[in-house]
Amino acid sequence: MGQGTNIGRVRGLGSAKHGSHHWIMQRLTALGNLALTLWLLFSVLILPNYEHETLAAWLSQFSVAVPMIIMLISVFWHIRLGMQVMLEDYVPDTALRIIALTLLNFYAAGGAIFGIFTVAKLAFTGVAS
Amino acid sequence: MSNKKQRPLSPHLSIYRWGPAMLVSIINRIVGNALATVGTLLLLWWLYAIANGPEQLDYLKSWLDFYYIGYIVLIGLTWSFFQHLFGGIRHLVMDVGAGFELKSNNFWSLMTFVAAFTCTALLWFYIFTNMLEA
Repeated sequence: MGQGTNIGRVRGLGSAKHGSHHWIMQRLTALGNLALTLWLLFSVLILPNYEHETLAAWLSQFSVAVPMIIMLISVFWHIRLGMQVMLEDYVPDTALRIIALTLLNFYAAGGAIFGIFTVAKLAFTGVAS
Repeated sequence: MSNKKQRPLSPHLSIYRWGPAMLVSIINRIVGNALATVGTLLLLWWLYAIANGPEQLDYLKSWLDFYYIGYIVLIGLTWSFFQHLFGGIRHLVMDVGAGFELKSNNFWSLMTFVAAFTCTALLWFYIFTNMLEA
């Protein structure tokens, strides 16, 4: 890219009709986060106490584990998109930016999978002994 | 890019006069990143502790009382959460094309701060009064 005429460069870099995908997913995950984090807040607030037994029983329920897993996906997806934009804006050095974006992807995927596995394991097999 | 000649740069933060819209936008990024790093790591730690027994949860809780650092972090994260929430709602409203007039834009920008501080104060007032009763 970049060796040909201007029109050639434009053709090579032009619309693939998915330019708004990132932007739209940022908004959709924002709506997901809005609903799911408020659910988490009130779901925790109405608990009678915060002893381990209560929390483990609460988190093991289908009606808590499932929204929690969906929230983790929505949150970490939103984090990946949001921090990507931030890094693209503030890390001008290309090599550094690619490294930072790679680490961000590892963090987002790793964090989500860690959380999902933790919740699923508790729900399926109970508290680890 | 083959065009190596000096291109004009767009003016950056330092050149603008500060206003509510600029402040709320920048704060939204800062608190978003705080939530994305400290907030999610704490959430994952909390989930891990619940799944791995009372000792793990006690260990997590022990950090709350470590010179009140836990409370300072949690209150900071609560404010970050509400600020990002209301700042985010503001962006969603502006995404549909509303609220760009100067007066209403400034007003709702300031309102995100009022709402975030109010919600943070109410939530922690609720938490602390419950802790005193217990």
